[in-house]
Amino acid sequence: MAQTWMKAALIAAGVSLAIGGALEAANTIKIGVNQPLTGAVAASGNFVANGAKIAADEINAKGGIGGTRIELVIEDNKSNPTEAVAVAEKLIVRDKVPVMMGAWSSTYTLAVMPKLMEYKIPMLVETSSSDKITTSGNPYVFRISPTSGMEAAAFADKVGRLKIRKADFLVVNNDWGKGAADVFQKMLKDKGVVIGVVETMDAAAQDLNAQLSKIKGSDADTLFITTAVEQLTLALKQIYALRLKRQIITTGGSQNPDQLIEQAGAAANGTLHLTTFAPWFPGVSPNPEATKAFIAEWVKRGNKFAGLTEGFRGYDGIRTIAAAIAKAGKAEPEAIRTALWNTQLTGLNGKIAFTKAGPKGKESGQSIPDVYLIKIDNGKVALHLR
Amino acid sequence: MDQLSQHIVNALMLGGTYALLGIGLTLIFGIMRVVNFTHGELYSFGGYMIFLFTSVLGLNFYAALIVALVLGILLGAVIELVLLRRLRGADIDTTMLVMIGCWMVLQNTEQMIWGGVAKAVVSPLPEEPLVLGSVSVAWLRVFVFVVAALLILATYALIHWTKLGKAMRATFQDRDTASLMGVNINAINTATFALGSGLASAAGALLGPVYLVTPTMGNLAALKAFAIVILGGLGNIQGATVGGFILAFAEEMGAGYISSGYRDAMGFLMIIVVLLFKPTGLFARAERIG
Repeated sequence: MAQTWMKAALIAAGVSLAIGGALEAANTIKIGVNQPLTGAVAASGNFVANGAKIAADEINAKGGIGGTRIELVIEDNKSNPTEAVAVAEKLIVRDKVPVMMGAWSSTYTLAVMPKLMEYKIPMLVETSSSDKITTSGNPYVFRISPTSGMEAAAFADKVGRLKIRKADFLVVNNDWGKGAADVFQKMLKDKGVVIGVVETMDAAAQDLNAQLSKIKGSDADTLFITTAVEQLTLALKQIYALRLKRQIITTGGSQNPDQLIEQAGAAANGTLHLTTFAPWFPGVSPNPEATKAFIAEWVKRGNKFAGLTEGFRGYDGIRTIAAAIAKAGKAEPEAIRTALWNTQLTGLNGKIAFTKAGPKGKESGQSIPDVYLIKIDNGKVALHLR
Repeated sequence: MDQLSQHIVNALMLGGTYALLGIGLTLIFGIMRVVNFTHGELYSFGGYMIFLFTSVLGLNFYAALIVALVLGILLGAVIELVLLRRLRGADIDTTMLVMIGCWMVLQNTEQMIWGGVAKAVVSPLPEEPLVLGSVSVAWLRVFVFVVAALLILATYALIHWTKLGKAMRATFQDRDTASLMGVNINAINTATFALGSGLASAAGALLGPVYLVTPTMGNLAALKAFAIVILGGLGNIQGATVGGFILAFAEEMGAGYISSGYRDAMGFLMIIVVLLFKPTGLFARAERIG
């Protein structure tokens, strides 16, 4: 008898928990966030997630969307494409999110994309640069970060001024790195620049001396590097130790220049970086007031200033999603997807509005943000060739 | 030619640390018959210890290296006393599963304590590299190479010329007979695991400042260590030392002259070849352990 009572009590407890959970779920609008919080590119993923939290708190402080609070469900994809897919599936199936943001690296995003088609859930892409993401015909993808092609185009008018005659490449061996190497080579060739060696490195590789020694054997004047800040730090330190004297230009917007200054020291001096946000100069942002407010809040929360160049993407991403949900009037995947096409707002790095990209009939959305070239000069960041 | 000499110097520097990683692992397998999956975690433990003692607590860099080595030895001894001692006599699969579990626990603990974001360790060595003609190398790498070589030599000396080393070799040759001759097998096991762990921790502490310290830094290191041990023959210290250099040269030359995209594959390709034609490792005929 006592046992039966125990069972009944347990079942009751279980049911009430389940109902409680369901009630809570009904009270918030869930937004899935798929980021690398641990592993090879953890610094970046954490910064994006922290930016996202600021946006969510700001929106909730103003009463949420139509009176309903938003709730971020942030999951760690462990800097691994397989995990990124597992995270997407978990967010969709278990948390039942109507929309997601992710997944930082192009490789993770590309891995997740078939799941968007399968479950018909839109995803806002905040960081990935591979052109393939918006040209492969996935109508659930909306990207606010620039493609490598856009970066190359924005850089084209600076080739002559930087006196680039022959260029080598060192890129991370994935969709992002190789994609960037392709489009930058094409742009440089059109400008009459000779291409030297193109070297790749595994995303987790720490010793890059073999690749760099090979590059040292080339007679190029400029070296383009595409990778995240951790590996970039190692590359710069090893370049310095090898006495590899080149004009160094990095692409992709995940360089966290302040972190480079702090961790690579003298090795970072004189390097040039293409970035999509310039927190050192909030005045050049299209939205200086919002930018200053974001930076103040970021620092107030104890985040490193260095992370701002990543963090703003999480902030803009969640604000874009929230604007789309408000426009849709309901938190349902298809309604949000439709609304995203008509969503317009001023992000911290330009107007956010989606234009059609990719094959007709199944276009992806692509926004066109600003791109800046910055230079690290004696441990300080300066805008270059504006 | 310039490029070749640079590649050779790079491979030497890398090989020293690979050898250091390899001998710790091979020692433990040779004497204890334990496949030590925590080797990579002891490596990252060393990395975090050097970070903790220099960047957080402000201890002198060289002193912190010694502290990392000693703490690695202690952690190794604890793992042996708490886990492996109870598993003596258990079959190799059971031990392997326990060690895999221990690896996960250690890695996740590191992640919990330090977070997933990489830490940079600042070394007191000059940033300006050492330049010899067309070849250039960071002073830190030279320092790491020298310390690694000293640690390897010290390990050799310990095994060849001390009573403890003699007992280790005896245990390796025949555990039961050694035990009958009065060798305390329990003590030998603890000492072996502690020594192997200390070497891994020292490797992590040495390479932490060269690279970056992350909770997953041990994964790649352990993979390389296993490759080196297989290459050199399980339980063979000379084999592991030479194996470390062979792997470094294969990676460096493979990346330099064939394709950098396959850099990490080069070493493993070589292992497949070795396993096909000489499955006991390249140096199987040499006397094992010492």
